[in-house]
Amino acid sequence: MESPRLASTTSRLVMQGIAKTFGSTNALRDVDLEVLPGEVHAIVGENGAGKSTLMQILSGAIKPDRGQMFLDGKNYAPRHPRQAREVGIGMIYQELSIVPDLTVEENIMLGNEPMCGPVIRKSLLRQRALKALAHFQHPDLQPNHLAGSLSLAVKQLVEIARALASGCRLLIFDEPTSSLGKEEISQLFRVIRGLKAQGVSILYISHHLEEIHAISDRITILRDGASVATLTTSQSNDDQIIGHMVGRAIDDLYPQKKSNRQSKILCAESIRTHHHAGCTSFELHRGEVLGIAGLIGSGRTELLRCLFGLAKPHSGNITLDGKVIDPCHRIGWQHGIGYLSENRKEEGLALDLPISENLTLSHLHAYSRCGVLSPRSQAKGTQHWIKQLKIKCASHNQTTRNLSGGNQQKIAFARLLDHGVEIFLLDEPTRGIDISAKASMYEIIRTLVDDAEKPRAVLMVSSYLPELFALCDRIAVMHDGQLSSTVEIASTDAHEVMRIATGSQPDFLAHTRA
Amino acid sequence: MNLRASLKMLGPLVALLVVYFGFGISEPAMFNRTVIINILSQSVIVGIAAVGMTLIIISGGIDLSVGSIIAWTGVIAAFLIDQSLSPILVFLTAILCGGLCGFLNGSLSIWLRLMPFIVTLGTMQIYRGSAKIFTGGTPINLPFDETRYQLWMGGTGFPYGIFLLLVICIFTSWILHYTRFGRHAIAIGSSPATARLCGIPVLRTQIFVYVIGGAMAGLAAMMNVAKSSQGDPTTALGLELDIIAAVVLGGARLTGGQGSVIGAVIGALLMTCIRTGCVMHGIPTPWTEVITGIIIIIAVVVDRLRQRHTLC
Repeated sequence: MESPRLASTTSRLVMQGIAKTFGSTNALRDVDLEVLPGEVHAIVGENGAGKSTLMQILSGAIKPDRGQMFLDGKNYAPRHPRQAREVGIGMIYQELSIVPDLTVEENIMLGNEPMCGPVIRKSLLRQRALKALAHFQHPDLQPNHLAGSLSLAVKQLVEIARALASGCRLLIFDEPTSSLGKEEISQLFRVIRGLKAQGVSILYISHHLEEIHAISDRITILRDGASVATLTTSQSNDDQIIGHMVGRAIDDLYPQKKSNRQSKILCAESIRTHHHAGCTSFELHRGEVLGIAGLIGSGRTELLRCLFGLAKPHSGNITLDGKVIDPCHRIGWQHGIGYLSENRKEEGLALDLPISENLTLSHLHAYSRCGVLSPRSQAKGTQHWIKQLKIKCASHNQTTRNLSGGNQQKIAFARLLDHGVEIFLLDEPTRGIDISAKASMYEIIRTLVDDAEKPRAVLMVSSYLPELFALCDRIAVMHDGQLSSTVEIASTDAHEVMRIATGSQPDFLAHTRA
Repeated sequence: MNLRASLKMLGPLVALLVVYFGFGISEPAMFNRTVIINILSQSVIVGIAAVGMTLIIISGGIDLSVGSIIAWTGVIAAFLIDQSLSPILVFLTAILCGGLCGFLNGSLSIWLRLMPFIVTLGTMQIYRGSAKIFTGGTPINLPFDETRYQLWMGGTGFPYGIFLLLVICIFTSWILHYTRFGRHAIAIGSSPATARLCGIPVLRTQIFVYVIGGAMAGLAAMMNVAKSSQGDPTTALGLELDIIAAVVLGGARLTGGQGSVIGAVIGALLMTCIRTGCVMHGIPTPWTEVITGIIIIIAVVVDRLRQRHTLC
């Protein structure tokens, strides 16, 4: 196929010297960006590097203080988001804006309905929606179905179709894969390649370097509000990209592992959840990180919730230090089990409450006498962890909402530490946080298990295989509620894990012990 | 809490002072001792109920039946007074009766998994109807020589009810900020999922919040009986909206997690102040209602703007 870059000489989008200041902070200092027609251009950078501000400027939500933008050679200065949409810039946000009670076609044409006076022209609406849907053949995408009943991945397609229906030339994806499974990601990538072949330009924002390697043509790296480099994807490697992102080489993203495995602490025997047919057995020891890999929806989160007591298992036994725990009557905290939710914003933290409150919420009894709290000791306890984990905040009274994702996650994690739990159930502990925050999470996790005096036990669910391999002592794979047997991390590889996770090789045990 | 909470209270307080002195400058009679006492004592009923309502709203709930609880409990209290029961027992019965109504509200919405809005919309009718059935539709009139109760809301001196409101307000504010129960209630209203994750006894706390709300309504009912010397099943009709308005004026968020007890009492004072000021200026009642409505909306908008400002 002919390279689309040769087909046209003008760039789709040019941004020159874009700068934006909020109050006293320089959100963007100097950004240059060029996107060609039919190009997938990735934008990477740590949280706070200015990616979201840049996208807001592109979509017309805010105006830059300095700099110029050109769309297909014409000066582009949108005054509001509608104008950006009219000239052909579409955004697919992380939080999808799908109206669940409208049909797929109504969602696609929302705000753009063909009218005849006050009446919607249904047949024309159907026709245009079908045209937009023709970009991706998908069996679940029927124009007259209710959008609310669709899976997240299909909803995302509806959102893409909406952008296409309004004649989009430049499509911006903001972390589009954050809640998609492996299969859905490759489906999305097929769609993106199809759009690219039709000359639509794509701006692709992501934290995941593998994805960027898989889909993008070029990469622009933002650091501290400036574009520091634009690389051709095929000629760059991860070290280079990360080096540009953090401004220094990260050679030790992952901490050293000690082997410190000790006595058995938690034992799950044929746990079955209500949503899956398979069942799960494993043993967790003090002084180890046990990783659980698997696809999204394979029942990993349900398993953790059952272990912790937020959900009831359908059947099975949980033994803690040799004692069976009554599944009807427990919430993990009482047994020294802590749970870090994968859903930080809705479950992990009460974002409107101050830091100290969030950090101590599970164990206010430790900071109170006869039900009366001592705010002073609460503050003292919080400050200890703010210092220990290097949480960036104004004070322990600050509202949690205003912090960055990484700092929020540290607070959610500090709750477990301050509670003094022995068993850490971590569900996607590094989702949506930047690389430096990830590095410090890894370090904390390893310190917990490698502690010589009081080794803790960590059970960690992650969809990011490199971190599982770097951090875990042993690993097991979940497929449709069925957990494979646990193996030493050194005796398996990513390929093997993916095979089990996708269900193509159910017998892990026979293979690895042979 | 201290600085933030007191800053939050400052808004309603400023609004109250502006309205009070605004009326006072053009009508100096507003500064008379009797007028001040009048404003305070007229705020007692809404104020006490608003303290309980603040707890409910902070924990993410709502109680539309509070006006009916006041009527139903008032009728029972008047009946007991008529039977010459000792005042302590009457007070205790009123608190208990209100608390039971609150318990019913809370437990119904939890067991039936219904929104408290729906449940209390229903119990609003149930309690009101019960009051009418109990009295046969006519008020229970108390003899005028029942001076023991009149001291609470009227009489010659400083009505006891004002002290009661003050004590309840401070005590509840303390509960909210310095007890585990109070912090749990706020956490539940702020993020129910987080509260569950943290092992907070969510259901127990929620029910207890409604019980307290009901008990406060019971006390408000006692003040109402003391004020009117009767147990009227049609009293406090629509009062729940005044009470909710006071809570919102005090800086509460209807979706839970935010609110101030002291603010709610100031909100109650603000509304009485507007009404009294309008009466003293000879403004007709329909206009008073319009003005009250406008001030409620302005106050909430200003509060929101102020919060957005402090975020940046």
